[in-house]
Amino acid sequence: MSFDVFRLRRDFPTLNREVRPGVQLVYLDSTATTQKPIQVLEAMEDFYRRSNANIHRGVHTLAEEATGMYERAREKVARFINAPSSEQVIFTRNATESINLVAYTWARANLKKGDLIILTEMEHHSNLVPWQMLSTEKGVILEFVPVTDDGLLDFDAYRTLLMRNPRLVSFTGMSNVLGTITPAAEMIHMAHDAGAVTLVDGAQSVPHLPVDVQALDADFLAFSAHKMLGPTGIGALYGKKSLLESMPPFLGGGDMIKTVHLHNFLPNDIPHKFEAGTPAIAEAIGFGAAVDYLQSIGMDAVAAHERDMITYALERLVEIPGVKVFGPAADKKGGVASFTLEGVHPHDVAQIVDNIGVAVRAGHHCAQPLHEKFGIPATTRASFYLYSLKDEVDKLVDGIYQVKKIFG
Amino acid sequence: MEDLYREIIIDRFKNPQYRGHLDPNDIHFEDDNPLCGDHIEITLRVDGDGKVTEGRFDGKGCAISQSSADLLIESVIGKSIEEIKQMNKQNILDMLGIELGPVRLKCALLSLKVLKAGVYGLGESSDALVE
Repeated sequence: MSFDVFRLRRDFPTLNREVRPGVQLVYLDSTATTQKPIQVLEAMEDFYRRSNANIHRGVHTLAEEATGMYERAREKVARFINAPSSEQVIFTRNATESINLVAYTWARANLKKGDLIILTEMEHHSNLVPWQMLSTEKGVILEFVPVTDDGLLDFDAYRTLLMRNPRLVSFTGMSNVLGTITPAAEMIHMAHDAGAVTLVDGAQSVPHLPVDVQALDADFLAFSAHKMLGPTGIGALYGKKSLLESMPPFLGGGDMIKTVHLHNFLPNDIPHKFEAGTPAIAEAIGFGAAVDYLQSIGMDAVAAHERDMITYALERLVEIPGVKVFGPAADKKGGVASFTLEGVHPHDVAQIVDNIGVAVRAGHHCAQPLHEKFGIPATTRASFYLYSLKDEVDKLVDGIYQVKKIFG
Repeated sequence: MEDLYREIIIDRFKNPQYRGHLDPNDIHFEDDNPLCGDHIEITLRVDGDGKVTEGRFDGKGCAISQSSADLLIESVIGKSIEEIKQMNKQNILDMLGIELGPVRLKCALLSLKVLKAGVYGLGESSDALVE
C-alpha cells in the first residue's frame, strides 16, 4: 500500500477538529501522546459492546472471547517487535512501569552495593528515577554517557565506562527532546561484550522506527501504547525468556499465581507472573489494533515520512532569526524539533501559537538533566508522526513570526 | 491572543516598573516553579504601621509570571500586611484581565505565592496560600 498521508488522516477524528470556531487543530505534540485512529477506538468499543468479560479462568463464552482477544493483542505486539514468542511480552501500564518492573524485580534480585549501572544524559525521567531510587536503597552506582553539543552520545566515554564492569546499561532508543536516534544495536553489542544486561527505553523508538528485538539482541525493551496510536494505560515490557523466567514476580495478586495457600504461593509462568490483577483488557485490544494499523502502513514508510517532516521542519526553523534548534542533524534524528526563541519563554511561544491552533509542548519534557546540560530551563517542542503535514510546519513557522511580532 | 497577551502583559514584561532588589529590606522571599524554570524574588520595605512603602521583584520566566509579579508589586505598595494576607487568585486574575487554564495559572500565581510566603514568614510557598 502506498503511503498517502491525506487518506490516513481521515482515520483520525481529532485531526479534523477545530480548536475554536474557524481554527483548525495543528497537532504537533505526538511525542507526548499520539492521536488515535478510528480503528483503535472501534476495537475498544467493540470489546465493551460485545465481549466484555474478565479474562483467564472464566469458561463462559464471553470470558473465552475476551481472553482470546487479550492474548491475540499480545501476539500482535510481540510480532510487531519480532519477539521470538508472545509470552515474552508483558503488558504493563506504560514504558515507565515496564522500566520500574525491571528495577523492582531483576535489579533488586541481582544487583548489590557498588554495582554499576550505565545510563545516558539524555534519558527521560522514567529511565532515571527508578535507578536513582534503587541507588538510594541498595547503593548501586549510576554513571552517565555524556551528550555532545550536537546531541549525540559520546562513544569514547561509553567505552571507558564499559571497562568498569557494568551490570546494566539502560538507555533510550530515541531522545524525546533531541530526537537523537541512538545506535542501539551497537550499544547493546558493546554492553554484552562488557558482560552487562541491556534495557532499551523504546517509548519513542518503537512508535517511530522499525524495531526488531532479535536483531538488536536487546535483553529488555520498554514501550507505551499511547505513543503509537493506542490508548493510554497500557504498555509493554519485552524480555529475554531466560531473564524473565529467573526474575521474581513484580506485584502480587490474582492471575500472577499458580497456587495460593494461606502462607505461601507459587508464581505463574511468564508472562502472567508479571500481570497481577485484572489488566487493562480493552486497552490491550486497542494496543493490538494500533499495531495492526502501523503494520498496514509499514514502519519503514512511517520512518521515511517522519524523516521528510523533520528535514523540512529543521530547514524552516533555522531560517527564523533567534530560533535555536537542539539535537543532531535530520539524518540522525526522528521527528522531534525542540527549540528556543531568543528573549521569549517557551510557555509564551506555545501559548501564542495555540491561538492559531498549533499544539506544541513547552517545558523540560521530563528530561530536566538534559536541559540543565544545555543551560536552559525549558524548550518548545514540535513533534511529528505519520499523519503530520508540511503545511503544519508552515503554520508553526507563521506562529513563531507572530510571537516575534508581539515580543519584538 | 490579543485577549491572552493583552498589551499590559507584554508591556509590563518588556518594561517592568518594579524590577529590582531592595537592600536593606523587611521582607524577602524567593521561589520557583520547577515545571518551567520560572523564578521570582520579592523584597519589601514595611513602615512602623505595617504598611508596605516600597517593593521590588526580580526573576526570570514567561511573560505571564513576570508581568503578574510587576502588577502585584504595584498593587501592594500602600497596602498593609494584613491586607496582603487576604489576597488570592482572583486579585491576580483581575489585574491581568484574562482567563487562564490550570497550567498557565501556576505561572500567574507564582509571585503571589512568593509574596504571601514572605509576609507569613514561611519557609516555603505552597498552592494553598493563593486559593
